[in-house]
Amino acid sequence: MAEGENEVRWDGLCSRDSTTRETALENIKQTVLRKTEYLRSVKETPLRPSDGLSNAVSLDGLNKLLAHLLMLSKRCPFKDVREKSEFILKSVQELGIRIPRPLGHGPSRFIPEKEILQVGSEDTQMHTLFADSFAALGRLDNITLVMVFHPQYLESFLKTQHYLLQMDGPLPLHYRHYIGIMGLLKAEEHSWSLAELVHAVVLLTHYHSLASFTFGCGISPEIHCDGGHTFRPPSVSNYCICDITNGNHSVDEMQVNSAGNVSVSDSFFEVEALMEKMRQLQECRDEEEASQEEMASRFEIEKRESMFVFSSDDEEVTPARDVSRHFEDTSYGYKDFSRHGMHVPTFRVQDYCWEDHGYSLVNRLYPDVGQLIDEKFHIAYNLTYNTMAMHKDVDTSMLRRAIWNYIHCMFGIRYDDYDYGEINQLLDRSFKVYIKTVVCTPEKVTKRMYDSFWRQFKHSEKVHVNLLLIEARMQAELLYALRAITRYMT
Amino acid sequence: MEKMSRVTTALGGSTLTGRTMHCHLDAPANAISVCRDAAQVVVAGRSIFKIYAIEDEQFVEKLNLRVGRKPSLNLSCADVVWHQMDENLLATAATNGVVVTWNLGRPSRNKQDQLFTEHKRTVNKVCFHPTEAHVLLSGSQDGFMKCFDLRRKDSVSTFSGQSESVRDVQFSIRDYFTFASTFENGNVQLWDIRRPDRCERMFTAHNGPVFCCDWHPEDRGWLATGGRDKMVKVWDMTTHRAKEVHCVQTIASVARVKWRPECRHHLATCSMMVDHNIYVWDVRRPFVPAAMFEEHRDVTTGIAWRHPHDPSFLLSGSKDSTLCQHLFRDASQPVERANPEGLCYGLFGDLAFAAKESLVATESGRKPYAGDRRHPIFFKRKLDPAEPFVGLASSALSVFEIEPGSGSMSWFVDTAERYALAGRPLAELCDHNAKVARDLGRNQVAQTWTMLRIIYCSPGLASATSLNHSVGKGSSCGLPLMNSFNLKDMAPGLGSETRLDRSKGDTRSDTVLLDSSATLITNEDNEETEGSDVPADYLLGDVEGEEDELYLLDPEHAHPEDPEYVLPQEAFPLRHEIVDTPPGPEHLQDKADSPHVSGSEADAASLAPVDSSFSLLSVSHALHDTRLPPDFFSALVCDMLRFYAEQGDVQMAVSVLIVLGERVRKDIDEQTQEHWYTSYIDLLQRFCLWNVSNQVVKLSTSRAISCLNQASTTLHVNCSHCKRPMSSRGWVCDRCHRCASMCAVCHHVVKGLFVWCQGCSHGGHLQHIMKWLEGSSHCPAGCGHLCEYS
Repeated sequence: MAEGENEVRWDGLCSRDSTTRETALENIKQTVLRKTEYLRSVKETPLRPSDGLSNAVSLDGLNKLLAHLLMLSKRCPFKDVREKSEFILKSVQELGIRIPRPLGHGPSRFIPEKEILQVGSEDTQMHTLFADSFAALGRLDNITLVMVFHPQYLESFLKTQHYLLQMDGPLPLHYRHYIGIMGLLKAEEHSWSLAELVHAVVLLTHYHSLASFTFGCGISPEIHCDGGHTFRPPSVSNYCICDITNGNHSVDEMQVNSAGNVSVSDSFFEVEALMEKMRQLQECRDEEEASQEEMASRFEIEKRESMFVFSSDDEEVTPARDVSRHFEDTSYGYKDFSRHGMHVPTFRVQDYCWEDHGYSLVNRLYPDVGQLIDEKFHIAYNLTYNTMAMHKDVDTSMLRRAIWNYIHCMFGIRYDDYDYGEINQLLDRSFKVYIKTVVCTPEKVTKRMYDSFWRQFKHSEKVHVNLLLIEARMQAELLYALRAITRYMT
Repeated sequence: MEKMSRVTTALGGSTLTGRTMHCHLDAPANAISVCRDAAQVVVAGRSIFKIYAIEDEQFVEKLNLRVGRKPSLNLSCADVVWHQMDENLLATAATNGVVVTWNLGRPSRNKQDQLFTEHKRTVNKVCFHPTEAHVLLSGSQDGFMKCFDLRRKDSVSTFSGQSESVRDVQFSIRDYFTFASTFENGNVQLWDIRRPDRCERMFTAHNGPVFCCDWHPEDRGWLATGGRDKMVKVWDMTTHRAKEVHCVQTIASVARVKWRPECRHHLATCSMMVDHNIYVWDVRRPFVPAAMFEEHRDVTTGIAWRHPHDPSFLLSGSKDSTLCQHLFRDASQPVERANPEGLCYGLFGDLAFAAKESLVATESGRKPYAGDRRHPIFFKRKLDPAEPFVGLASSALSVFEIEPGSGSMSWFVDTAERYALAGRPLAELCDHNAKVARDLGRNQVAQTWTMLRIIYCSPGLASATSLNHSVGKGSSCGLPLMNSFNLKDMAPGLGSETRLDRSKGDTRSDTVLLDSSATLITNEDNEETEGSDVPADYLLGDVEGEEDELYLLDPEHAHPEDPEYVLPQEAFPLRHEIVDTPPGPEHLQDKADSPHVSGSEADAASLAPVDSSFSLLSVSHALHDTRLPPDFFSALVCDMLRFYAEQGDVQMAVSVLIVLGERVRKDIDEQTQEHWYTSYIDLLQRFCLWNVSNQVVKLSTSRAISCLNQASTTLHVNCSHCKRPMSSRGWVCDRCHRCASMCAVCHHVVKGLFVWCQGCSHGGHLQHIMKWLEGSSHCPAGCGHLCEYS
C-alpha cells in the first residue's frame, strides 16, 4: 500500500466554507475506509510472520486517524464536521474495527464535564472565538474550553498567544516553540539581542503562566493524544490514567463529594463570613489606621508565611508526569525567599511597575506586544461579574486585589499603598495553599486542593481565580526580568 | 545684553547667577520643586527628602526633612510641591496614599504639619493653587482627586475620575476655578473646583496613560500633555472642543512636561524609561529638539525651571541620585549637529539636493555644473520673524535631471526576468543565461556564463563541440587554464607597455557601461593581468580566450592567436615567461595572490628557479590531469563575483551565486553574500520585479534573507459595512457578521483576488468577472453601470 494515498489532510476542515470542509471530510472518509478494508482483508487471510510488523504499523496509523476523528467529533466548532466524524467512526466500527472513546471527564479533571460549555451550545461570540482557535490550531484545546468561562479574557489571551508565536517578531518560529516548551519545563535560556531576549522572556513567562493554568484547572490530556482516549471497552477501566497518578481515584472523589454535601451549610457560612469580612474592612479602613511599622511588618509576615504555606499532603504527591527528566539541574524550580538564609530585597512596585516602566520597555523592544499584554492584564485584573457564589451585585475588587497582591507578595513585590493585613482576613489557609501551589509548583496541584477552597463557589469563579493567578504570576516574573534588562541598559 | 536686562526687570531687580553643576544625593529622586525665591530646591524620593540652597558654584544641603529614626512610608514621596506664595509651605504625595504638608516655620526639628489619609492608593500628584494660600489638590491611583483647605482637617471636595487612576492634576494659572487632570486611560478632564459632581469637559488626549500636563504660563488656553505613547501634545482649550495645536513625537514615554518661561513655544520634557536626557522642544519644530541636556546617567524624574521668568536655568533630579542645574547656554543643540543637507533620488533617477540657501548661493556663483543637466528650482519658506530658526528655515533645492535614456536600466529588468536561476541542470542554466546576456548585447556577461559552464560541468556533460574546441585550440591538453597562459604569452608579443596602458583604460570605461564588446575586454584583460589589481579579470580573459564566439566576433585578434595552434607545445613553458618578464613589486603581488600559482604546489615550486628558459617541468603532470577540479577555480570565481559586485552589477553576482549554489557559497563570507542579496532584492523591488525578487529570496540560503518574505505578510482590511477592522478573517466581519466582499456573479465570498469596478464598486472573483464581461458589459450586480476594467 503506497503511503502517499494514505496521507490525510486535516487542514481543509479548518475552512469556514462548508463545501471545502465537506470535500475534506469525504477524502478523509475514503482514506479511513480504505485502510480499514485493507486491515480487514489482511486479517482474513492467514497471517504470515513477515506481515506482522507492517500490519502493526498500519493499524497504528489507522488508530491515530481514528483518535483524531474522535477528537473532531467532540471538539470541532463546526457541527457538520462533528456529525460526519462520528458517522465515519461508526462506519469503521460496523466493519469490525475497534474505535476509541474519550477517557476522563471532559476538558478538566477538576470540573465536572456537565459544568463546562458543550461544543455546539456556545453563543455567537464564543463561536467566533472557537472558530478562530480551530482555524489556527486545527482543534479546540482543553485550555480554550475551560477558559471560555470568561470569553472576554479568552479573546485577549488567544490574540496574545497567536501574536507571540505566529506573527512578526525577533525570534524565528522554531525558537519560539522551543522556548515555549522550555518554559513549561522551567529551563533557562541563553540570551541574544535585547529584542530577542524580551521576546524570549515574554514567551517564558507566558508559558509559565500557561503551566499554572493547566495544572490549576486540571486540564486533561487532549483527546487525540496519548492518555486522552482508549480503545478498551468501558468496563475495563472507568477512570482516567491521570487520576490514578494524581491520587484522585473515583472513590476519593466520592468522599470529597460526600464531605462537600455534609458541609453545605458550613461552606455557605464561609461565603457569608467572607462577605462580612469584606464589609468590615471596607468600613473600618478609614477609622483604624495601622502604624507604618505595623504595615511593613504585615507585608513581611505575609511574605514569610507564604513560604510555609504548603499542602500537608505535599510529600505524598508525585508529579503527574515525570517532568524532572527534562531538567539538567534537578534542583531547579521555585525557591522560597530567604528560606535558605539569604535575604532578597523587597521589590517596590512604586519604583518599577508594569504600567509606567515595563510596558514601555517591552513595547520598545518588541513592538505591539506591550499593548497586547497590557490589555490582557487589564482584562484579567478588572474582570468581574459582581457575583460571589450565590450572591449578586457584590463589589469584588477588594477580594481580587487581595489575591493579586498576595501572589506578588509571594514573589517579594510590595505595594506601598496596600495593607497586607487584608490578605489574612480574606484568604483562608486552604485557598492560600492552592494559590501557592498553582503559582509556584503547579505540577503538585491535586483535585483535593482544588475542591477544598471556596467550596460554595462556582467553577467559573474558580477558573476566574486561576486567570488572576496566572496573570499576576506573569506580571511578577515580567517585572523582575524587565527590571534586570532596564538595569542592564542604564 | 538686552536679554539680561529684561531678565533683571522680570526678576524684580535681582539677577540669577550660577553655572551648570550637579550634586550627589544619597538616594534616587522622584520629584523636585523650587521655592519662589529661586534660591532653594526641594528633592523628594523614596528615601530622601531634603532642601538644597542653590549657590553660585554649588548646591548646599540646607535641611533634611526626614527626621526620626523610624522609616515611614509617609515620607516615601512620589511627588513634592513648594507653594509659590508661601516660602514655608510644602506638600508631598506619599506612595502609600497619604498627603502630607510641611511647615518650615515650625520651630521643632520635625516640620511635618498635616496628614491627610483619605486616598486609598498611591497619590501621584499634589498641586497648590497658584494664588490661594490654603488650597491643595491631590490626584491618586484610586481614581479620586481631592481638594484640601489647609485650615481644615479633611478634604473640602472629592472629584471622581470613575475609577480611572489619576496621574496628574494642575490648577490653571489664569482661570481661578479651573484645574486639569490626566488619567491612566488616556483621558484629560477639566474641572471647576466648585462643581465636584461632574467634570466640565473630557477628551481623549493620548493612547495609553497621560503621565503629565502643564498649563501655559502666558497663553490662557494652552495645555501641554505628555503620555506613554511618547507624544507631547499642546491643546487649545479656549475653543468649544479641545483642539490639538501642536504635537511633538519623542523617543520615549513622556514623564514630565514644563513650559519654558519667557519662551512662548518652548517646553521641556523628560522620560521615565530608557531615555535619560532632558529635551527642550520648540513645539513648532517637533522633530529636532531645540536643546538637550545629557548630564544624567539614569532616568530624569523631576524637572523645574528655576524662576518663572528666567528661561536659562533648569533644575532636574534623577534616579541616578543627582540633582543638576542646567544652563541653557551649555545645552547641546541637536540642530547644530543635524545635517542641513538632504539628498534623494527620484523615481526616474533624478537627483534632488537641498541645502542651506547660503551654501547653494556661493556654489551657484561658481557654477560648477552650469549648463546641460542642471535645473535648479528654489523654494523659499515664508519666514515668521518670531521664529527662532530663521537661519535654518530657508533652503534651496536643486534638482538634477537625468539624460533621457542614458540611465535606462532596461537591460537589468530584462535580465532579471529572463534569467533562469534554478530548476535545471547547471549546464543548461549557464547556457540559457549566457544566451540571455548575449541577446541583450552584454557579451562579457555571456562569456562569463559560458566559462562557468565549462568550469563546473564535467567534460562528459559539456557539449562535444565545445570540448573539441578547447582541445583543438588550447594546445595539447585542452585545459582552459593552460590556454590562458598561451594567450598571456602572446600579450607581450603583441604589444608594448603603452598598449597595455591604453587598453586598461578602455576596460575601465567599457565595464562601467557594461555593453562593450567582449573581445576587447578579453585581450585587454589578458594584458592587464600582469599588473592588474582585479584578479577577476584574469579569469575572464583567460577562459574567454578559448571560446569560439570570441574568435568569430573579433577577427583582428584571432589573428595573432594563430601561432598558438602552430606551437602547441609551448603552452607550459610560457608560463614562466610571464613570471619573468615584467619585474616589479606589482607583479610579485599579483603572483602571490594568484590562485593559478598557488593552486598547484608543484608548478609554484618550479617557478622560482626558472629564469626565462623554456622549461617543460610540469608538462607531464598536467597532461595526466586532463581536467582540474572545479574547486581549483572557486577562488577565482569568487573574485570574479566580487568584481561584478564592485562594478555595481550585483545582479550578476547574485545570479551566479544562486546558480552555482554550494560550489562557491562556502568561499564567500556570509555577510558579503547577505549584502549582495539585499542590494539585488532592493533593486528588483525598485523596478517592481516582485516575482523575481521573491524567487531570489526563496533561493537564497542565507537565513537573514530567506526570512524576508516571511515578514509583514499580513494585510489588514476594514469591513465595508461598519468600517471597523476585520481582525480574524479577511472576508467576514466579526461585528456586523456580514461577509465583506461578495462576488457579484456567484454570490459567494471572495477569499482570494477580488477585482472590482471603480465606477460602481461591484466586483468579484477575477475569473467570474472576466467571464461575465465576455458576455455583457453591464455590471453583474445589476446596478446598470457599464463597468470598465483595465
